[in-house]
Amino acid sequence: MTTASPAIEGWFTTGPEPALIGSRCTSCGCTFFPKTAGFCRNPACDGEEFADAELSRRGTVWSYTDAQYQPPPPFIPPHAEGEAYVPFALAAVELAEGIVVLGQVAEGYGVADLTVGSECELVVETLYTDESGDRLIWRWKPVAGTTEGSAA
Amino acid sequence: MSTPVAIAGVGMHPWGKWGRNFATYGIHAARAALADAGIAWTDVDLVVGGETVRNGYAGYVAGSTFANALGWNGARVATSYAACATGAQALDTARARILAGLSEVALVVGADTTPKGFLAPNAGERWDDPDWLRFRLLGMTNPAYFALYARRRMDLYGATQADFAQVKVKNARHGLNNPYARYRKEVSVDDVLTSAVVSDPLHLLDICATSDGAAAVVVTSVEYARRHGLEDAVRIEAISTVTPTFPNTVMDMPNLSTDPSGVVGIPEHTFKESIGHAAYEEAGISPEDVDVAEVYDLSTALELDWIEDLGLCPRGEAESLLRAGDTSLGGRIPVNPSGGLACFGEAVPAQALAQVCELTWQLRGQAEGRQVEGARVGITANQGLFGHGSSVLLAR
Repeated sequence: MTTASPAIEGWFTTGPEPALIGSRCTSCGCTFFPKTAGFCRNPACDGEEFADAELSRRGTVWSYTDAQYQPPPPFIPPHAEGEAYVPFALAAVELAEGIVVLGQVAEGYGVADLTVGSECELVVETLYTDESGDRLIWRWKPVAGTTEGSAA
Repeated sequence: MSTPVAIAGVGMHPWGKWGRNFATYGIHAARAALADAGIAWTDVDLVVGGETVRNGYAGYVAGSTFANALGWNGARVATSYAACATGAQALDTARARILAGLSEVALVVGADTTPKGFLAPNAGERWDDPDWLRFRLLGMTNPAYFALYARRRMDLYGATQADFAQVKVKNARHGLNNPYARYRKEVSVDDVLTSAVVSDPLHLLDICATSDGAAAVVVTSVEYARRHGLEDAVRIEAISTVTPTFPNTVMDMPNLSTDPSGVVGIPEHTFKESIGHAAYEEAGISPEDVDVAEVYDLSTALELDWIEDLGLCPRGEAESLLRAGDTSLGGRIPVNPSGGLACFGEAVPAQALAQVCELTWQLRGQAEGRQVEGARVGITANQGLFGHGSSVLLAR
């Protein structure tokens, strides 16, 4: 029996409403993702203490693309050996914290489902499977019918 | 106000794919630059090498590798690494010592031998390295970042894939007569649009290759150049190697996220805008004065971004310039007369110096078959990983 576990520890929650976990500087309030420690990267702040902070689960698409060729290692393809590579989409999503966060796009969605300015929601899905079971990752899932439209 | 140094000589090894040692290319370019300057190697008192991480120990100490290969002459030595801006940073090191009066004649060399295919990170597990994590967690290749910028132009400014293809068509035509270019062949819009899509919306022919190549620049004090009979040498008026200003709000390779702007707001300039801005400010030259630009077209769409980042037209109008032929040879502001990365492919530590070589030939009126008539002021621009970028302003 194997279990599902995050592909990277401590970057996101895996409950029914998953969220990315950032670090909020207790001095200036800037929230960083991925998590940070040590010194605040706001040049005007000398803060050295951070609190874990769950980031907004929804945001708007800054831009998007896909990977039509299999990326090189250390990427681990999700498909079994001998099976064909299936392209996946990628989105950069801007959150209320003013951070843009990259992620793969949820399974079943592609670039045709996205527009700059449209809304996405964070989900957790399987990135690949190894001897310990499914390894999970955050992904951006388009929220249907929320396109604000482009300026084009 | 600007304090110039003189470019006494420039030289390059043609770009290609030969798999030889990087130092072989570098020495070829160095000797060409010294011959162009009419300066003996034994008169050089500073060597600065552009580092290349892919070529082992010798690459990490590129400055001394070149100095040793040319024959130890007792010169001071330095080695620079600044990703795609490596060559400009090396040039800036040479300029700083010259302007401080600590050196008079510097040889700056960048050379590389690059692998085939996607540039991937070094082997080994590195869970704190974003350049490793972006592949492991996201499968985010370099072309995928270029594609994000391209898609934004389409959704925000109405760019089309045919516009991107047209950049390739233009640059392929520019590079036809450049003896240092790797690809010297006309390309049609259809060729680009029927090539495989790598990362939507970019096709294979929208994305630059990686190449072997080398470029070298001999830089001296203006006073030394004058004594040497180079009264009218091309001058370096500014070198910008600024880092970003927090918060850097544009998604940058190889990061997985941007800085947060929620608390402190968005800065006046994006990182790429600030690179050119610092060069203009240092030189006391404005974008209207620029006659020719060599910009980093890692993808066709990125060339359009750079035209705006350098202030050569307002935001969102680069496609209009392209469609009007303004950025072609013979147009108002020719961009990448060398053929750009589209015709060269990227040889990282050499590329920023290759831009300087091209503009030197342009400003001297020696760019045979690709000359921008009457060019007096030229600007280069590039951006690389980890907050590195550069812009060099040249005038004659």
